[in-house]
Amino acid sequence: MTKQNIDRRSFLKVSGAATGGVLFGFSWLVSCQNEVQAEIIPELEMPEQWFSLNGYIKIGDNGVVTIMAPNPEIGQNVKTSMPMIVAEELDADWNKVVVEQAPLDPEKFPRQVAGGSQSIRQSWEGLRKAGATAKAMLVAAAAEKWGVDAATLKTEKGHIINANGEKIHYGEVATAASQLEVPEDAPLKDPKDFTIIGQSKKNVDLKDIITGEPLFGLDTKVEGMKYAVVLRPPAFGQKLQSVDDAAAKALTGVESVLQFGDKVAVLANSTWAAMQGKKALTAVWTEDTPLESTTYHDEELAKLLTAKTEAVRHDGNVDRAFAEADEIVERVYESPFLPHNCMEPMNFFAHVTDEKVLLDGPIQTPQWTRQRVADLLEREAEQVEVKMTRMGGGFGRRLYGDFALEAAEVSKLAKAPVQLVFSREDDMSAGTYRMAIKYKIKAAIKDKKITAYHLTEAAINSNMYGLIPNFFPAGAIENYRVDNAKMESNITTGAWRAPYTNFLAFAEQSFFDELSEKMEVDAVQLRLDLLENAKKNKEDERMQWSPDRMQECIKLVAEKAGWSTPKEGVFQGLSAYYSHNTHVAEIAEVVMKENRPVVTKVYCAVDCGIVVNPEAAKNQIEGGIIDGVGHAMFGDLAFNNGIPSATNFDKFRLIRHQEAPEIEVFFIQNNVDPTGLGEPSLPPAGGAIANAIYKATGKRFYKQPFVQEMDVLG
Amino acid sequence: MSTFSIKVNGVEHSVEADDATPILWILRDHLQLVGTKYGCGIGQCGACTIHLEGTSARSCNLPISAAAGKSITTIEGLSENGTHPVQKAWVEHDVPQCGYCQSGQIMTAAAFLKENNNPSDEEIKAAMHGNICRCGTYNRIRAAVKTAAQNS
Repeated sequence: MTKQNIDRRSFLKVSGAATGGVLFGFSWLVSCQNEVQAEIIPELEMPEQWFSLNGYIKIGDNGVVTIMAPNPEIGQNVKTSMPMIVAEELDADWNKVVVEQAPLDPEKFPRQVAGGSQSIRQSWEGLRKAGATAKAMLVAAAAEKWGVDAATLKTEKGHIINANGEKIHYGEVATAASQLEVPEDAPLKDPKDFTIIGQSKKNVDLKDIITGEPLFGLDTKVEGMKYAVVLRPPAFGQKLQSVDDAAAKALTGVESVLQFGDKVAVLANSTWAAMQGKKALTAVWTEDTPLESTTYHDEELAKLLTAKTEAVRHDGNVDRAFAEADEIVERVYESPFLPHNCMEPMNFFAHVTDEKVLLDGPIQTPQWTRQRVADLLEREAEQVEVKMTRMGGGFGRRLYGDFALEAAEVSKLAKAPVQLVFSREDDMSAGTYRMAIKYKIKAAIKDKKITAYHLTEAAINSNMYGLIPNFFPAGAIENYRVDNAKMESNITTGAWRAPYTNFLAFAEQSFFDELSEKMEVDAVQLRLDLLENAKKNKEDERMQWSPDRMQECIKLVAEKAGWSTPKEGVFQGLSAYYSHNTHVAEIAEVVMKENRPVVTKVYCAVDCGIVVNPEAAKNQIEGGIIDGVGHAMFGDLAFNNGIPSATNFDKFRLIRHQEAPEIEVFFIQNNVDPTGLGEPSLPPAGGAIANAIYKATGKRFYKQPFVQEMDVLG
Repeated sequence: MSTFSIKVNGVEHSVEADDATPILWILRDHLQLVGTKYGCGIGQCGACTIHLEGTSARSCNLPISAAAGKSITTIEGLSENGTHPVQKAWVEHDVPQCGYCQSGQIMTAAAFLKENNNPSDEEIKAAMHGNICRCGTYNRIRAAVKTAAQNS
């Protein structure tokens, strides 16, 4: 029942990339055998030789297996879960697997992107084929060695076993296997036979994280490397007129000051010296384009909500339904700008020489960034090598390689290897922010039924992507319309974890809660009824979500939270949302403490198909909920004449430990191909807590962050 | 510029630096101990937490002139090979997502448990409130601190 549309041919290249007998050197290895409780990982013995069976898999002559993690790791756990999928089909012994982060290599790895919660979904089949193909080659080599039919052999935990019970490990046939023809249709396992997928495997970088080993972009140290900190226009709309760098150059440790475009880079022998050098610059800025403020955005967006707009989807006739309605409900929901605030500020390493360009650092889009750097430096993309470090968060900010482009430009000018570092203030004030958005939602009620639903989006710089107008309640309400409108701004905006839906879901799910109250229908029942209606349109190819799966999630979360048996003094709110191909339903609980609402708990039911790595999957869901709760309650960034209102954590409030609710996560068990988890639990969280706070206090929220209107506690 | 001697993870170092240089950058750029992280530079997020004479301190706004002659422990020196009870508990609960804030979380937790070896949930929350985890692993951190308390 899944609607997967993935280019399968791209993975054939992977199998075709097999090369035999390639020697790779490693000085030490740390295996993935860290599930043994609290035992720190034993080091594996290094093989003398590695044999590459395809782009993903190298087998050591001693049976140790290296599996490449193809996609960038931002904390979504793909460095562990993607190799798990390869290991499953390879029938590897996970305790003898070493995971290595792949560099950018589009010939071997399709879609090396961290974005849209798509890594697992889009690579699922390819990763399985990579493992299954290599296993078939190892089995074929063993069959030849023993002089038996390959069909008589079994594999188990990195070993091949023959009909007589004789057993050899993969390393013993790796060299022979690497010389074989790559089979085209190696069979994939039946999910019921999975032994690695579905078992919780610990983060492969866990030991390095807890012992402080170098892992992240900022941890890069290269001989002769200069630290660069960049002065950028303080306000959006300004450009550089002149800069006086005498005081900066006089500082100990500062080596040079370079101007590029409207920016000035200070290069030094330490990060601190570079930061001090930047502070010592005196720049004169002039207005290039008008400096914008939040009051201006608010006025313009409000105008757009009442202007004539074009529908991006219109079913039936909403105007007629509104004319015939018993009651019309119309609400406007408003959100601020948000910075991403990755804990590791933006940074990148670049070394530009006449021969080549090396880029190394935290990037969600290595391939796009390579092309942009190549274009900037007027080089061929093939001359640009991109390596990826682990990232201290992404949340969409690291989709935009501006920091890598800056690093490349500064390295070129300085003729030196450069680590370009954003201070926290740089990070928060040179963002690609979640744009401020306003939604107007209007519904018609007639004979106790919702007969029309009309959503209008007024956004800054860009509108919702094309799939969103087809999300719930599209298909559930006969007369349905979505309109988009936007204004242009010189403030840079972009994707922020669960783009658009991170706020739209709050608006929509708050709205339905209000409708259920007006209609005197239980909130859970109203959603189930609407989803029932949507089943009529299941054949509509625009409906990529499943009303059945969403109903299951809602029923499960209602059961687990005890929705139908209210607890004394505990107020519950429901929210359910499909995004990034995953169905999620949440119920938040609020209690009153000292006359203030406290969000104490969130129950969450998720249907993401097969759960590859259950404990890590739960971690993702928990994190998404806390992120959603935190930004709904506290997240706020305004602009005053182009300058952001907060540039560090003293002014920008992120959710902290005491404000984090308890969370219980329940996965729907099925064998549907897996979908992503990095984003989908975030969108419903704001609505769930808003609806619960309403029950506790009688106060509805139409604007984020809630803390501006009410003292809420975590 | 002055010359300072500091003891980091039991090893004496002589460092030449400007008096105002925060210990964070001495550790990261001078001594190449990069486990201590830069997050905000103003002591607000806790990513840079170290132990100064055994108690937790923010290294991003602690100038070397104030730490000279004192004993510093960083995440790299918390234990041999990651075997401190807090590190083991972090493994047991598979706490990290991105992992960037976790060395600061671990250092805060380790110092806290020295003061209070049987904390309540509320005490753990209060003790860990100063360390931001942008990925939202707070509940796992709390569970791990609890486990570490039981095992230490």
